[in-house]
Amino acid sequence: MKSYRTYAIIAALMGAMLFAGPAEAKQLNVVTSTTDMAALAQEVGGDKIKVEAIARGYQDPHFVEAKPSFLLKLRNADLLIAVGLDLELGWLPALVTQCGNGKIQPAASGYLDASQFAEILEKPTGPVSRAQGDVHPLGNPHYWLDPDNGRRIAKGIAAKLAQMDPENAAYFQQRAADFEQRLAQAEKRWQQQMAPYRGRKVVSYHKSWPNFARHFGLDVVGYVEPRPGIPPSPQHTMELIGQMKRDNVKIILVEPYFDLKTPNSIASKTGGKVVVLLPSVGGEQQASDYFKLFDYDIQLLTSAFQQVK
Amino acid sequence: MILLLCTAFAAAQTAAAPPPAPTAEDRIRELEDRIIALEGQVRMLQQQATTSQPAAQPAAPAPAQPLETVAATQPSDAAAQQPQLGGAPSMAKALNPDIAVIGNFVATAGHNPIVESPSLAVPETEVSFQAVVDPYARADVYLSFGEEGVDLEEGYLTFTALPRNFVAKVGKMREYFGKVNTMHTHVLPWVDRPLITENLLGGEEGLSDAGFSISRGFAGPKGIYLEATGQMYRGDAGDVWSQSGKRDVSALAHFRGYGDITESTNLDIGFSYGRGHNDLGSDFLTQLYGVDATLRWKPLRRAIYHSFLARSEFVWSDRQQFPARQRAFGFFTSADYQLARRWWMGGRFDWSDRARAAALTDKGGSFVLTYWPSEFAQIRGQYRYTNYAEGRNANELLMQVLFAIGAHGAHPF
Repeated sequence: MKSYRTYAIIAALMGAMLFAGPAEAKQLNVVTSTTDMAALAQEVGGDKIKVEAIARGYQDPHFVEAKPSFLLKLRNADLLIAVGLDLELGWLPALVTQCGNGKIQPAASGYLDASQFAEILEKPTGPVSRAQGDVHPLGNPHYWLDPDNGRRIAKGIAAKLAQMDPENAAYFQQRAADFEQRLAQAEKRWQQQMAPYRGRKVVSYHKSWPNFARHFGLDVVGYVEPRPGIPPSPQHTMELIGQMKRDNVKIILVEPYFDLKTPNSIASKTGGKVVVLLPSVGGEQQASDYFKLFDYDIQLLTSAFQQVK
Repeated sequence: MILLLCTAFAAAQTAAAPPPAPTAEDRIRELEDRIIALEGQVRMLQQQATTSQPAAQPAAPAPAQPLETVAATQPSDAAAQQPQLGGAPSMAKALNPDIAVIGNFVATAGHNPIVESPSLAVPETEVSFQAVVDPYARADVYLSFGEEGVDLEEGYLTFTALPRNFVAKVGKMREYFGKVNTMHTHVLPWVDRPLITENLLGGEEGLSDAGFSISRGFAGPKGIYLEATGQMYRGDAGDVWSQSGKRDVSALAHFRGYGDITESTNLDIGFSYGRGHNDLGSDFLTQLYGVDATLRWKPLRRAIYHSFLARSEFVWSDRQQFPARQRAFGFFTSADYQLARRWWMGGRFDWSDRARAAALTDKGGSFVLTYWPSEFAQIRGQYRYTNYAEGRNANELLMQVLFAIGAHGAHPF
C-alpha cells in the first residue's frame, strides 16, 4: 500500500507540472548560440523579436558550459540560430536535447543554421583526422567576420523571421534592406581605413580570422597554435619567431580568451605587437553591435599597424 | 504659382523615373550570393543525410558530425564510375549514427588487503552510438567492453518534442540519484568512484536499470532553474534493489535547483529519493535519500585555463533485513582546480558506512593530478588511502590513460 502512495505522489507531481505552462509570448523569442548571431537577428528583427545569446562575446565559443540556466532560455524559444559547422558541438546539442522544446530540435522549423547563408572558407579537401588538431570537417566556423557574410546572414534570418511571422514579413525585409544599406556605407569607411595595410602579413593565435583577413586584404602567415586547439609548444614558437623575422611580420592577433604569455614573448623577440582583436560582438563594451565590432577591430588594427611601421 | 507647378512637375517626373539599372558590380555580387546560397543548401542537405533526418523535413544542421560520416558524404570519382547496385549501402553509410570509442587503461601499484585490483587492466572500453531517430526522439547507446565481457551500460531513447517542455527517456539508464551516479567513468575527475558508490549505491557500476524517466524544468525565483524528475525502473540495480516479482519495481525522484551566483560561479543542489525491494524478497525494502551540492567557478574570459569545482554528496540508506534494519550513512567531498590549460589537481575525502552492516565504516582520501595532452586524451595519477572498517589500511597509486576517438556527444551538465 505504501508503495502505491509513493507512486501516487510522483504522478501528482507530474500532473502539477503539466499545468504549469509558459505564458503566451507576443514577440518571437529568438535564442542564438553567439552574440554575433544575436546582433544580426536584432538588426533585422527590430522590436518584433526578443533575442538572447547563450555565449558571451568574450568567451571562447568552442568551450561554453552547457549550464542549466540556458535551458530556461531555450525552452520558450521560437527560433534557435546556431553558427553551425560544429562550432557549438561540445555544448549546444546537449542543451537542445534537454530543453524539452520540440520547436528548436534539429530539423524542426525553429532551428536555423546560419552557416547555410555564408561563404565558408578552409573546407578540408582531403581526409581529415584529429592529427590535424581540433579541425572542423565542414569548414572554418568563424565566417561572420566578413561583412559580406553578415549581410547574407541578415538576409537569411529576415527570410526565416518572415516565414515564421508572415504578418511582419515586410517589416523584416525592410529592416534587412536598411541594414544592407548601412553596412555598405560602413564598409566604404572600413575599406578606406584598411586600404594602406592591404597585403600586410600578420600572425594569429587561432584560425579565427580567415574571412576577416580575406575581406580586408590581410595575409595570415602563421599561427601561435601549432594546430587548431593545441596549445603552443616551445618548438613551434621558435619556428614561428624565425618565420616572423624572415617575413618581417609585426602583428600578432589574439582573441580575448587566450593567454597573452606566449604572444607577448613572441612579440618581444620579433619587435612585434600583440593586438587583442575581438572576434565577437560584446567582447568589450564598445563593441556592442555588428557595426561597432568592426569599428573597434579596425581602429585597433590600423593603430597597431601605424605603431609598427 | 508657376514656380509651384514646376516643382510639382519635377517631383512627378522623379517619382515616375524607373529605378536605376543594376551595375555590373551589383550583378556580380548577386550572382556570388546566389552561388553561396546554393552551396549552403547543398551543405545542409549533406548534413541532413548524415544525421538520419527524414527527407521531408526542412534542411537543418547535424548536432554532431562524425569525421567518418562526413568523409562518406563526399562524392568520389571512383564511386561514380562504378555500377550502383541497389544504392542502399551508400545511403546506409550516410544514415550511420555518430560512433565513438573511449578507451580506459588503469595501472595500480600498492597493496589493498580488502579489494584487490589487477596491476594492469583495461576495465572498460566504451563504444557509443548516438543519433536522431526521427523528429521526435534521439537515441543514445553505450556499450561497455570489459575484460569479462560486454555490457549495455546505457541504451535509451529521449523524447525531445513532448508538449509542455517535458523530456522523457525510456531504456536502460544510469539512475538519477545524486550526481556521480549519473556520470560515465570517463567524465569523472578521479580514476575510481567514491566509497559511497561501492558501499551504498550498488557497487562499482552504481545504480543502473531498465525503466523510464520523465522530467521538466521550471523557472524559479531570481533566475533559478528548478527541475523535477520522476523515474520508474524494473527494480534490479547493483546489490541495492532486486526484483523477486514483476511488481517489485523501484521508483526514484530527483529535485534539482541551479543558480548562477555570478557569470563565473554557480551552485547546483539536488535532492534524491529512491525506493525498491532488496535481495531478501518482496517484503523487504531499501530506501535511499541523497543530497548533492556542486559549486563551480569558471571565469568566462579564461575558461580554458582556470576552473574550480567543489562537490559533496550525502547518502542515507535504510535497508530492511534480518535481524535488524540497517540505517547507513555516507558522504564524499571533493575539490578540483584547473591550474593551467592542460593541468588539473584535486582531492577527495570519503566516509561511508556499509549498507548491510551500518556499524562498519570505511574512510579514505585521494589526491589526483591530471594532464590533458589534448581534448581527446588524458593521463591521470591518483594516490588513494583507505582505512577499512576491519582496521586494515590500503595505500595505492593508480594511473589512468583515457582516450577518445570518433564523435562523442556532450554529456549533460
